[in-house]
Amino acid sequence: MQTSPVALSKAAKGSRLVILDIPEGRARSQLLRLGVTRGELVRCLERLPGGTVVILKHRQEIAIGVGLAAHILVAYAGTEK
Amino acid sequence: MNDRSDIQGQDALEHPHVERHSHAGHSQAPLNHPTVALVGNPNVGKSLVFNFLSGLYVDVSNYPGTTVEYTRGAYKGYEIFDTPGVYGISAFTAEEAVTRDVVLESDIILNIVDAVHLERDLFLTQQLIDMGKKIVVVLNFMDEVRKIGLEINTELLASSLGVTVIETTATTKKGFDRIDDALTKAHTGERPPALHHKLHEMLKLTGSEAEALLILEGDEATAQRHGVAPGHEREPLYIERRNRVNLIINSVLSERNVRTRIATLVGRWAVNPWTGIPMLFAALYLIYLFVGKLVADDLVDFTENTIGHQLWEPWIRGVIAQVIAPDSALGTLLVGEFGVITLTVTYLLFLLLPLVIAFYLSLAFMEDSGYLPRLAALVDRSLNALGLNGAAIIPLILGFGCVTMATITTRLLGSEREKTIAAAILQFAIPCSAQLAVVAALLAGAGFTVMVIYSITIFIIFVAVGTILHRVLPGSATPLLIDLPPIRFPRLDNVARKTAYRSYYFMKEATPWFFAGALGVGLLQLTGLLTVWQDLLEPFTTRWLQLPREASTAFVMGMVRRDFGAAGLYQLTLSQYQILVALVTITLFTPCIASFMVMMKERGLREAFVVWAGTWIVAFAVGGLLSQALL
Repeated sequence: MQTSPVALSKAAKGSRLVILDIPEGRARSQLLRLGVTRGELVRCLERLPGGTVVILKHRQEIAIGVGLAAHILVAYAGTEK
Repeated sequence: MNDRSDIQGQDALEHPHVERHSHAGHSQAPLNHPTVALVGNPNVGKSLVFNFLSGLYVDVSNYPGTTVEYTRGAYKGYEIFDTPGVYGISAFTAEEAVTRDVVLESDIILNIVDAVHLERDLFLTQQLIDMGKKIVVVLNFMDEVRKIGLEINTELLASSLGVTVIETTATTKKGFDRIDDALTKAHTGERPPALHHKLHEMLKLTGSEAEALLILEGDEATAQRHGVAPGHEREPLYIERRNRVNLIINSVLSERNVRTRIATLVGRWAVNPWTGIPMLFAALYLIYLFVGKLVADDLVDFTENTIGHQLWEPWIRGVIAQVIAPDSALGTLLVGEFGVITLTVTYLLFLLLPLVIAFYLSLAFMEDSGYLPRLAALVDRSLNALGLNGAAIIPLILGFGCVTMATITTRLLGSEREKTIAAAILQFAIPCSAQLAVVAALLAGAGFTVMVIYSITIFIIFVAVGTILHRVLPGSATPLLIDLPPIRFPRLDNVARKTAYRSYYFMKEATPWFFAGALGVGLLQLTGLLTVWQDLLEPFTTRWLQLPREASTAFVMGMVRRDFGAAGLYQLTLSQYQILVALVTITLFTPCIASFMVMMKERGLREAFVVWAGTWIVAFAVGGLLSQALL
C-alpha cells in the first residue's frame, strides 16, 4: 500500500517509509553504508520544525538535515499500529 | 598461517619481554612486530579495548569524532593502533583517511562491532574482509543485546563471515581475556568469487588486494599512490556488499519481544522540541547550579580566600622576606602586586583549578551520555541560519572547555566555509572554561541582572558573527547527516579519568603562560612601561569604557590568556555595571596565544589576523556601547 512520492523532510512523524530515491553523491554512499538505500524501510521518528528529520533503521537512529532530507524521496508504507 | 602460539599470559597491563616474529607475505620488514589495528564504527568501545590492551589512556566519548588521530601502543608481541571510528574505509572524512592508512599498513585487524547495531557495523566488517585483511571480530555490548531481547547466533555469524568472532562486554571487560587467543587465530574471511575475480585484474597494478579494492571503489588517494585512475564501481560494490550483510543479518539475528529501554525513550525526547528544549535548559541549569553556585561560589570562596589569600600568600611572603627584601625589584616580581609566587599561585591553584575540574566534569557527563549528537539534531535548523549545520554544536560546546582544542575539532565539519565560520565564532564569542570560571566568579558577585545582560550580549555577538559570515562568504551550509549513539548512563570511572586527564593537560598548558604573563606584567610595572600603556589606553578605558585606568593592565594580560585577563579584573574595585562592561570587553577580546597559534595553523595567517584584529574592534565597540548606555 504505497502512496505517491513525498520528500523525507515532509514525512509525518511516526510513519513507516520506503526509500524511493536518494540524490547522488557522498551522502548516498554514506547512507548506503548505514543500510539506508533505495527500497529499504525506515521509520520517521521525529520531524523538527524546519525539516530536520530523525529516522530509524533497525535500531540505528540517524539525523538528516533539511538540505538533504528535502531531496530524499519516500513513500508511506502504512502507519504503525 | 599462525606462528604465534608462543604468546602466553593473561595480564593485559604488563608489557613483557620483546618478542620478534617473522612475518612473511606482507610489506613489513620481517623483524618488525606484527601490527594490530583496532577498527570499528564510532562509539563501539574501541578505545576501551585499546586502554585494556595497551594500558594507555585514550579519550573515550559517546559521540562520533572524538579521535581524529590514531594512537599507538604495545601489547605483548604486538604493536597496536587505535583508529578513529568510521562506517567504511575510504576518505569521506578526515577520520576515514587516517583509519584507511592505518588499515593498509596493519597485519591484523581487530574489528570491534556494536552487537546492538549489527546491521550497521557489519558493512565495515565485510569491507575489511573484502580487502583481504586478517580479521578478528569482537562482538561488543553483548549484555545490552540480551537485555533488549535480541539473539545473535555467533557461531553462524563466524562461519558466514569466515573469521573468528568473540563476544565481549566492554564495560565489565567480560570476554577480553579471549582476545589474546583470537589474535593468534586471525585469518582472512569469505569473499564472493566475482569480487575476487575483479580484484585479480587490479592486483597486477597495486600488489595488494586491499588497495586494489579501494581503487575500484574510487578512493582517490590510493589510486594516485599507484598512478592509476580511481574506479567507478563504488555504488555497485556497496550495494552488493549491503545485500550480503542483509542476508547474513537475516540468518543470525532474531528478535524476541524486543523491549524499548527507558534510555531509548530519553533519547527520543531529547530530539523532540517540546521535550528536548526543556531538557536542554534543565541540563544547562544543572551545570549552572554545579559550576556557578556550588563550585564558583562556595568552594572557590573557601579555596581562594581562606587557603590562598589568608594562608598561602602571607606564609610565602614571610619565607621570601627572610632572603629577599620585599621592596626590592626581585621582591616585587616574586611577592608584589602581580607576584609570580603569590597572586599567580592563588589564581592557578585556588581559583582556576577547582573551576576547570568542575567544567570538564560537566562536559564529560554530556559527552558520555550520548546527548550531544541529539542536541546537534535539535539545533540543526537554527545553526543553518549561521551557515552551519547541527554537527557544529560539538566544536562550539567543546569551546566552552577549551577554545584551542575546539578550533582543532572544526576539522570535522563538512566544508571549508563551515570551518571558517565555526572557528571565527569560537575565537570571537565563546569563553573557554578557564575564562568562564573567572567570569562566573565575578558575575556571582554582580547579581542576576548583570548575568542576564552579559549572557544576552555574548549571545547576540555569537549570532551576529555567524550571520554576517554566512551572508558574506559564498556558498551554503552542507546538510546534517549524523548517526545518534544510544543514550547510556556515563561510566563514572571513565568520567573521572577523562576529567582528571583533561584538567591535567589544561593546567600543564596554562601554567607557564600564567607565570610568564605575571612576570611580564611585573616587569612592565617595574620599568614604568605599565604607566605608559595605561596612559595610551586611557581614553578607551576611562572615558569610553568608564573603567578605572588599571583595567588596561587586564588587557595586556588578556593578550596572553583570556582567563588571565579576566583574573586581572579581580583585584579592581568595580561597580555592578562596571563589572558587566569589563567582562563583556574581556570576553570578546583577543583569543589566547595558544588558540591564536592553532588558528594560524588550521585556518591560515590571513584569516587568523583578520579575526585577531576583529576581536579588538568588536570588544571595545560592544563594551563601550554598553558602558555608554548603562553607566
